[in-house]
Amino acid sequence: MQAQAATKRTAIRESAGDRLFMAVVYTILTIVLIAVLYPLIYILSSSISSPAAVTSGRVFLWPVDISFKGFETLFNTPAILTGYGNSIFYTAAGTLISVALTVMIAYPLSRKTFFGRNAIMMIVTFTMIFSGGLIPTYMVVKSLHLIDTRWALLIPNAIWVWQVIIARTFFQASIPDELAEAAEIDGCSDLRFMRSVVIPLSKPILAVLVLMYAVGQWNAYFDALIYLKSANLFPLQLVLRSIIIQNNSSGMMDAMKMVERQQLSELLKYSLIVVATLPVLIIYPFVQRYFVQGMLVGSVKG
Amino acid sequence: MDGEIAWEGNAQPQPIRKRVKRSRTLEARKSFKKHWQLYLVVLPPLLFFLIFKYYPMANAVLAFKDYNVIKGIWGSPWVGFRNFKLFFDNPIFWDLIRNTILLSGYLLLAGFPIPILLALMLNEIRSGRFKRIVQLVTFAPYFISTVVMVSIIMLFLAPRLGFANVALNHLGFDSINFLGEPGMFRSIYVWSDIWQTAGYSAVIYLAALAGIDPTLYEAAKVDGASRFQKIVHVDLPGILPTIVVILILNVGNVMAIGFEKVYLLQNPLNQSTSEIIATYVYSIGLLNANYSFATAVGLFNSVINLVLLLLVNGIAKRLTNSSIW
Repeated sequence: MQAQAATKRTAIRESAGDRLFMAVVYTILTIVLIAVLYPLIYILSSSISSPAAVTSGRVFLWPVDISFKGFETLFNTPAILTGYGNSIFYTAAGTLISVALTVMIAYPLSRKTFFGRNAIMMIVTFTMIFSGGLIPTYMVVKSLHLIDTRWALLIPNAIWVWQVIIARTFFQASIPDELAEAAEIDGCSDLRFMRSVVIPLSKPILAVLVLMYAVGQWNAYFDALIYLKSANLFPLQLVLRSIIIQNNSSGMMDAMKMVERQQLSELLKYSLIVVATLPVLIIYPFVQRYFVQGMLVGSVKG
Repeated sequence: MDGEIAWEGNAQPQPIRKRVKRSRTLEARKSFKKHWQLYLVVLPPLLFFLIFKYYPMANAVLAFKDYNVIKGIWGSPWVGFRNFKLFFDNPIFWDLIRNTILLSGYLLLAGFPIPILLALMLNEIRSGRFKRIVQLVTFAPYFISTVVMVSIIMLFLAPRLGFANVALNHLGFDSINFLGEPGMFRSIYVWSDIWQTAGYSAVIYLAALAGIDPTLYEAAKVDGASRFQKIVHVDLPGILPTIVVILILNVGNVMAIGFEKVYLLQNPLNQSTSEIIATYVYSIGLLNANYSFATAVGLFNSVINLVLLLLVNGIAKRLTNSSIW
């Protein structure tokens, strides 16, 4: 139906004014496209150019004197490797915990016969508009002795209210009450129903939850900044911050000439950005639709 | 008259209310019996909210105390509103308020309309491929982390080797230390934010546009509307409810502007415009360990934000019947 309407719309002859209008639209969108794409290409190109080309500002669009020196150095730097390993761990473990907890609260809240669902929903959504603040939260984490442990990045922000709303909306729409009632009559317990009916039927929403939590966890730095002190626990983002933003690359290159070192440290910044972002950007085109789904499911009842 | 009605209303439905109450306890008992497993399932996440979201709210009494490490939060002496008064009397108070509001106000004014315009333009494109590419590319920066985003900004705007200054020099201009200029901080923050999130934010409007009744377009065509007229008279009214809801959320969060990016972009040179409430709470609380005072500042911010959100939502409800709850 929609496709039909679309072809019909284009079939009509366009007036001169409309054609001019469309020319403007195409021009603006092309400019937008270039403005978004250019910095990304520039960084990728710089990361595989030679250190000298980067520091002398000779890279404009394509790589100059292709070299992988930056990546080589990165993969020989213990701090980077530890950070990478930590980030992979936090992302995997954090996503697992978060998705499990989110489903555990979202599913019961989707059942109409679950007494107290509105009260619990209120408790959950109120945290979206009011919070105790940074210091009071820090005090709780501290009193639980989570400071400077891996748990500090996995637990205190494990559940995002937005994800609960999305998951609950999905369960309400796609698991009919009749199904649950029928299962109940057949003597199926709630737990078994969750395991053998709800979870298998909810793969799309699970994909949304997994992706959103995983990207969030991979990209996070704030909790690590306030809760962690030991460098061996730092996620990649925090390592990145110290090297690029605070300009601490001294530990990475041992004996080298001053000039060489300076050039390399400049190049390393680009390589680091690529290394930290590429995993996400590579899978993104394949999973974009899940993100869009997630946004839209949430906005229906947000 | 009012009293009479209230009295009548009070007297009459009492038996009904009693019955409702009894049926509710019955319902509760039935639900507990039937769903006891679900109550067990919901317990861990519920505990999460109580411990990590509600316990901190209780801890916020710290704002009214003079925190003492040995005595703990509850044993420390009460000081009433002293911490708040200290904050209001501090000359930095108005700087923080101004910086916070100007930064998020700028972000709202520039950042709110652009995704709408982007969506309206994309919606005009019928060629599937170009549209898909633009969408895919503009959505992508959303996945870049704050640390990487700020790294990119710093690399591009670096005083000597940054792309922006290399380009300026090529054109015969002097280099500018962009991040050291207090006057440029807000623009850097806002426009990099737009670069990063406009494509993402446009998705919601695109979905709303896809949901507009096709017969309206037919009617517009019959009336001989141009593309631009169609946008003004069909598209915009069609997505108005969505626009209002997003606007409420944005206005309501004006005081809640994120700490993460501001903190990373901050340096001693641009501090006069880049110090906002959130970064101040962090530096005074966690770096200087002035817990009570920082909690008071944070609480002040949370309360203002809550009031603002409720206010904006109330106004929107009255004006347009669309609200977030």
